[in-house]
Amino acid sequence: MTLAQVLFKAQRPCPYNADMTDRPTALILTAPGINCDEELCEAFMLAGAEPNRVHINRLAANPELLDEADLVGLPGGFSYGDAVAAGRIAAQVIRAHLWDSLRRAVERGVPMIAPCNGFQIAVQAGLLPGPDVGASLGDVPPTPQVALVDNESARFIDRWVRVEYPSETICIWTQGLDAESTDSVLPIAHGEGRFVSGGLLESLEQSGRVAVRYAADDDPNGSEGHVAGICDASGLVMGLMPHPERYTRWTQHPSWTRLDSDCRQGNPPGLAMFCNAVSWVRSRKSATMQA
Amino acid sequence: MSGRRESFRDGTLEPMVIHRIEVATRDGVDDARGRAALAAASAAGVDPLPSSIRCARVYLLDGDLDAGELETVQKDLLGNPVTEEAITGARGSGQHSVIEVHPLPGVMDPDADAVELAIRSLLGRSVSIRTGVRYDMDGIDAASANDLARRCLANTLIHNVHDGPYHPDAFTQGTDRIVEMPIIPLRDLDDAELQRLSREGHLFLSLEEMQGIRSYYKQAGRDPREIELETLAQTWSEHCVHKTLKSTIAYEGPLPSGERPGHVRLEDGRTRIDNLLRSTVAAATFELMDDGIDWCLSVFVDNAGIIAFDDEHAVCFKAETHNHPSALEPYGGAATGIGGCIRDVIGTGLAAKPVAATDIFCVAPLDTTDPPAGCLQPRRILSQVVAGVRDYGNRMGIPTLNGAVWFDERHIGNPLVFCGCIGLMPRDMVAGDPKPGDRIIAMGGRTGRDGIHGATFSSAELTDSHADEFSHAVQIGNAITEKKMLDAILEARDQKDGPLYSAITDCGAGGFSSAVGEMGEQLGAEVDLEKAPLKYAGLTASEIWISEAQERMVLAVPAENVAALQKICDANEVEMCDLGQFGNEDRELVLRHHGTEVGRLSMELLHEGIPQLIREARWSVPEIEREGTSTQPVESLLLSLLSHPNICSRECIIRQYDHEVQGRSVIRPMVGVHGNGPGDAAVIKPVAGSSRGLGIGNGLATGWESDPYLMVLAAIDECIRNLVCVGTDPTRVAILDNFCWPGCNDPESLGLLVRAAEGCYDGAKAYRAPFISGKDSLNNQFTTEDGRTIRIPPTLLISGMGLVEDVERCITMDAKRAGNMLVCVGETTAALGGSHVLKVYPDLFGDRSLPVTDLEIGPARAKAVAAVIEQGIIQSAHDCSEGGLLVAAVEMAMAGGLGITLEANAVAGNHDLLTGCFSETPSRYLLEIQPDMLEDVRARLEGHSLTVLGQFTDDNKLVMSEVSMDMDALQDAWTNGLLI
Repeated sequence: MTLAQVLFKAQRPCPYNADMTDRPTALILTAPGINCDEELCEAFMLAGAEPNRVHINRLAANPELLDEADLVGLPGGFSYGDAVAAGRIAAQVIRAHLWDSLRRAVERGVPMIAPCNGFQIAVQAGLLPGPDVGASLGDVPPTPQVALVDNESARFIDRWVRVEYPSETICIWTQGLDAESTDSVLPIAHGEGRFVSGGLLESLEQSGRVAVRYAADDDPNGSEGHVAGICDASGLVMGLMPHPERYTRWTQHPSWTRLDSDCRQGNPPGLAMFCNAVSWVRSRKSATMQA
Repeated sequence: MSGRRESFRDGTLEPMVIHRIEVATRDGVDDARGRAALAAASAAGVDPLPSSIRCARVYLLDGDLDAGELETVQKDLLGNPVTEEAITGARGSGQHSVIEVHPLPGVMDPDADAVELAIRSLLGRSVSIRTGVRYDMDGIDAASANDLARRCLANTLIHNVHDGPYHPDAFTQGTDRIVEMPIIPLRDLDDAELQRLSREGHLFLSLEEMQGIRSYYKQAGRDPREIELETLAQTWSEHCVHKTLKSTIAYEGPLPSGERPGHVRLEDGRTRIDNLLRSTVAAATFELMDDGIDWCLSVFVDNAGIIAFDDEHAVCFKAETHNHPSALEPYGGAATGIGGCIRDVIGTGLAAKPVAATDIFCVAPLDTTDPPAGCLQPRRILSQVVAGVRDYGNRMGIPTLNGAVWFDERHIGNPLVFCGCIGLMPRDMVAGDPKPGDRIIAMGGRTGRDGIHGATFSSAELTDSHADEFSHAVQIGNAITEKKMLDAILEARDQKDGPLYSAITDCGAGGFSSAVGEMGEQLGAEVDLEKAPLKYAGLTASEIWISEAQERMVLAVPAENVAALQKICDANEVEMCDLGQFGNEDRELVLRHHGTEVGRLSMELLHEGIPQLIREARWSVPEIEREGTSTQPVESLLLSLLSHPNICSRECIIRQYDHEVQGRSVIRPMVGVHGNGPGDAAVIKPVAGSSRGLGIGNGLATGWESDPYLMVLAAIDECIRNLVCVGTDPTRVAILDNFCWPGCNDPESLGLLVRAAEGCYDGAKAYRAPFISGKDSLNNQFTTEDGRTIRIPPTLLISGMGLVEDVERCITMDAKRAGNMLVCVGETTAALGGSHVLKVYPDLFGDRSLPVTDLEIGPARAKAVAAVIEQGIIQSAHDCSEGGLLVAAVEMAMAGGLGITLEANAVAGNHDLLTGCFSETPSRYLLEIQPDMLEDVRARLEGHSLTVLGQFTDDNKLVMSEVSMDMDALQDAWTNGLLI
């Protein structure tokens, strides 16, 4: 299957509406060297949320900002230059200064997305994969359980890869993507994205916590089980190496000039993920209000 | 910082120690970096080759940490518990040969900076860090391992190579010293002594310039202080003032027809050209602006040229070269090249946000063996240059979207590294001027001894001993420092009440001396040099003033805004300092160090005092080479061309660059069904919510040294063609000129430069594509140990950007559907001069003259082709250039996963088949058209010589008369031509 044969069918309509007044808020955490915050903001905006960028130092000084967020995004980039290893230093800063407030947000059921460097940060901070169902995050950040290490090629790679969304996943971000697009693509751009499960692969698979997988014949980095993204036990916190936020318009598709015009309709899968999360927040809010 | 080696803890005196932590992948975990090191050694032809290499990161910590803290750093910060093992001290070496590579003291070490910052954040403690890499090599002895490291893993200009684990007792430290500013008794020097001072002091000023300075000081009645001479040398350097291109030239030789501004016919038959640049490149722009082009907002005056994008936004574009540093230390040279170019864009107007980057490299063939002493192996240069651009551009979050790679053996000592950057800015922020009384604020990285004399160094000719002599001009960049500075500057720019500063510029060549000198040109400036934060102690006032340490910008800030700016800097972890004030009564530059005046220069001398020389230039019509006599089958020529390094796929380079970051890329460098076809140009959609796009392309003029005039016209035409092929409006294209030339003291060489500049004038006017910014790098020649001089081929990069009205109308070069027709727009001519078919088979029969770009037809055709693309009736379009028509047609089919059947008679036209296939005639486009649209297109392109060449097919074959080739074989040749 080639990229051009991959059609993205019309996805469900997005809740976006220019007049919408009750837009859920999305806190986008930035740090020195984070550089995908703009496209992450735009994706949340297109999906109907109100993004707000907050620098990691400002958040450390005002952790209550997290308590007001409906959604959280940890963007990609090269936080602190990816010194030592990708995401390592940002993860340590989070463990030292932001653990409590992030833990509160997770317990509050805030959907979080962490693409690329965000994923690398999240696993080293101890947010992902997180504890098993029923258990909660502790007061002290846990030792990292999985890792994202140098690509098999030991090189930075930028390209689009074919991905699959396991139908049994509990991840709220990727719900419905399997049925609507049996074969889909997402862009990747990273040097350290090879997933190492630390012996957890089977349990992650069985508990539906593998959210995105590379197509077996299109795995760009040698990931265990071709895992491209995982979620926590609630299905709300997702980290992934691909960049769904760079696939929110059809002119971002790598060979969009080959697509028939009827394939250029609707929301690409990247945007659909953000729409899923915004819908989830809105339906929960209205449920709370009715209650 | 001090040289303190002891500290009190718990009341007892303990000696400080350097802690060493080593982090390696656990046994059983794949060590990708070790494998990559082995692959690099193998590609470099190292012999003997180890059977394996294992890699470990080494951290040396100098600081007051207790055992618990050290364990936290070791386990949580430096090691990954899932895949790595971190130990203190050093592992035993067992049977391996152990080599460690550590940056030399004072060399930028971004990882060390980041770890220091992390430890401060985690433990609230300042420690000093140095990093290194340990390599365990199996199966070779220590001497071979050391040799391998020097050839592939380290550059001794910036690295120490240690045999065995390195664990020093102490870090070497600088100490504070205040050196009295030396006074140079210049007034007493004779001409020979002046020349000696210029060369040995690395001033690289001409005798006339040195004489000019001598007479200024004679008049002033005193001798210059060292810092004043340094300032003059920086400001008057070729790099900073383009004195060759701006000089008056006495030119002997024919000129193209037509009236030319600033050209005066002399009695002896020669032509005097006053200020070559102003009379050609810039004249074209100003004439176009007088003739209706109203979208140029700032040309030639700022760090980048600016054009209008829409009612609210402007875009600016700058391209630079970093050739000399890249020759000595390709990784650092290329990274600081792109870093500097990005800063130019940030420092344009009242700051632009970088939105795209470009890179063009010219190197010697990768299979060159035994380069001359003082030259690095070309494969190492190219792979390290790519890595440098990759690591800097990717970290800055700027998509690298367009580029080129060119091979010529004459680049062995002088590789060319062009870096370009495009910025987006509000339209009302295209200019800034310092106001009297504004504070001189420096921001970003600290000042160190790195990069001293970079500006004057770039004006020198390289020799085999330059690596030793100019190691201090070589630098490593720190992209994150620049990214943080960018974040802070954009925040300071986008304040509710307008920018917090009145002007901004970058610290590039010449450092503070150029930045402050240029900003203060009209006002004067007073500088207290001790205010600059230093990387380490021990810099003299002159060193602070001319250091080209990276990642620094200078802003003119009204005093009342300094506190607000400081707050923004603090929030973004950016250092800033107040160096002094713009404006004084006598329009002087006054330099102080700890309160003592160390230099005083009039801005007039600095900026207007450079003596104007008349330079000799000569050019004559070259004799056409004798024709070849033999022939070759189409098949073998086609395969050789497809795998020729100038033509084949660049995917192994392009995929290392992030071309998606910012999410604004519409047409990427690789296109097509498998994402592996060579796109003609890139398109971005820089403004959120707007469908307007910006096309980015280039044309590289090189290799036609018999007439650079024709070479430049062809390159401008190529740049426009590339842009048109993706859907750019050719009437809204602005271009840049980057000249890279061998030494121009030679009248023949300067004659070639004159021809090129005349081409710029005629080309820009004919295509109505104004030049908006430019740079030059002269003296690109290398003198070998045995006194041989290798001159680069004269090279001019034309970079272009242009508007795309609606990005949804963009098209790509990949063939879309079997059954569609392939047509060529434009006639093929017989001229094979400069073509690649002659590079792969020099004895081929055929016309050796250079192709001539028709300045009536070329621009008209670009407009006509753009119009049919805009109509939406073209399925794909491809520029017909390197390799000729057949190569371009095959590229379209390959990128579309299709075959192609061509009509041999149509391809040949009025010529023999080989000429038809491989001539590189300019102004030709290949278009894919649905059969039912053919007549419509033909009618719209009337007068542009449309030839139906054939049809795309499903059968995975190239068929042309008796020629029948498997597309897979063609694809293999093209894909595997260049692997790094």
